[in-house]
Amino acid sequence: MDLKQLYQDIILEHGKNPRNFGKCENHTNEARGHNPLCGDQVQIFLKMNKEKKVENLTFQGSGCAISIASTSIMTELVKGKSIESAKKLIELFLTMIKSSEETKFDECDEDEKTKIMSLSGVTKYPMRVKCATLAWHTLSSAIEGKKQEVNSESID
Amino acid sequence: MKINDVKSQFPIFSKKINGKHLVYLDSSNSSQKPIKVINSLDNFYKNEFSNIGRSIHSLAVNATNKFEETRMSVKNFLNANSKEEIIFTKNATESINLVAHTFGQQNINKGDEIIISELEHHSNYVPWHYLRQTKGAVIKFAPIDENGDIIIGELKKLITSKTKIIAVTHLSNVTGTIVPIKEIVEIANKKNIPVLVDGCQSAPHIKIDVKDLNCDFYAISCHKVYGPTGVGILYAKKKWLERLPPYIGGGGMISEVGKEKITYAPLPEKYEAGTMPTAEVVAFNESIKFMEAVGIENIIKHEKELTNYALEKLKKINSINIIGNPKNKAGVISFTMKGIHPHDISTIVDEEGVAIRAGHHCCQVLHQKLNLTATARASIGVYNTKEDIDVLCDSIKKCRKVFELQ
Ligand SMILES: Cc1ncc(COP(=O)(O)O)c(C=O)c1O
Repeated sequence: MDLKQLYQDIILEHGKNPRNFGKCENHTNEARGHNPLCGDQVQIFLKMNKEKKVENLTFQGSGCAISIASTSIMTELVKGKSIESAKKLIELFLTMIKSSEETKFDECDEDEKTKIMSLSGVTKYPMRVKCATLAWHTLSSAIEGKKQEVNSESID
Repeated sequence: MKINDVKSQFPIFSKKINGKHLVYLDSSNSSQKPIKVINSLDNFYKNEFSNIGRSIHSLAVNATNKFEETRMSVKNFLNANSKEEIIFTKNATESINLVAHTFGQQNINKGDEIIISELEHHSNYVPWHYLRQTKGAVIKFAPIDENGDIIIGELKKLITSKTKIIAVTHLSNVTGTIVPIKEIVEIANKKNIPVLVDGCQSAPHIKIDVKDLNCDFYAISCHKVYGPTGVGILYAKKKWLERLPPYIGGGGMISEVGKEKITYAPLPEKYEAGTMPTAEVVAFNESIKFMEAVGIENIIKHEKELTNYALEKLKKINSINIIGNPKNKAGVISFTMKGIHPHDISTIVDEEGVAIRAGHHCCQVLHQKLNLTATARASIGVYNTKEDIDVLCDSIKKCRKVFELQ
């Protein structure tokens, strides 16, 4: 195992300076995620417009470098996309993290691919997978408009 | 047994973790097992296995005798009055649930008050919360000061005519605070309030004398006391075990069963329903013998030295913040590091073979009080050495490197 694979520069940088941090104004959807094992919390704020596009996406919460970076990168990637593309991206990301199979992010540009792939090192650290996936599950829940908090222990 | 010989008694330390020697600093979570305990399990299953108490063949008689020998050892280990006061359970969690449930059923009514402290593990809070839900009990939290000591004066003020029981930890699994149980029991006794002690963390590390403490209940998990998983202990004063209703119902805990009426077995069987973890209870006797062979005084001295050594060294590392500074501290050292989350610390030090824990350690109320979501925790066992602490400190310094902090 190589720690540098896990803690790539992009991750450290996003971990230290998360993008889209805070509550966004006039958000239409919102969801909370919680990892009961470590107490990490995330809150996602989503602003969807009439064309079903993600106009804004922000988050609040506390967590480790992996979870903060994963959330920050997610907000960057999803912002501006249609809800359908966002859903697809969530699915692809979760497949990559869980199966460690090569995943093709065809709809992403090179910069986006680099960012999302920087999180793939997590697959070698099973105890850290939930740190990386919590925000993505929570975003999914925000899109669906589910009321119940996402609990990392009840998702696989 | 000399302290320097202790580590060689634990086979796990000859294994490598991530290619490195194991530096095990997670004993508060669970301890490693000495070879004699492992051999006892092996021997019992290979040569002596039988269920206890029910059959009269030779194997059953032998197994029953060995099982009861452990009970006798536990009685002596805790300095209880009699064997009847020692109940085997699954773990400390079950021991506390046993008391909360049976005591609650009999003695708690709407508006009655239960005092716990802000230091408590979820195991010594959730069972009482059930009584809040089912009986309308009120739970009051004795506050801690900034050092992590329970403020005894404040605890005193919480006591009213409605206080039915006080349940506190003997040793915090986050701050390492050793709680002055005797003082709390003296205060409680004046008002005739029973005291339950969560002895999970104290049992492996300090001398326990339930007669001297004069507490009513004392809960222990054997897996933290160099023993097997699946066994816990509840010490309770005999008067309580006689007076309280049984807990789990089934075979082994009855005296006579008819279609209309059931009577219960005498103590301690009244509280030991169903097939018990026989091999594990038998093997736990070896854990006690191990502790006695090292000597509790030697254990205390060794762990105190290591704790002071670790605290001094850790404090020298930039940006480390040690959680709590109690008057009397055992070898449980929780800390945070500026700029690095405890989870990340744990992953990075693991690469060096260092096992610590990160999270809220089942103490969310305490973490909320401290305004933290998670801490990293290094906890010391009898087998740890100064070299272990050196490796820990070096690996923590490595975290700063990985995170490119100055
Ligand atoms: C103070 C304290 N109480 C209770 C427990 C619960 O122990 P167990 O899970 O073995 O029942 C623990 C273990 O983590 C503990 O540290």
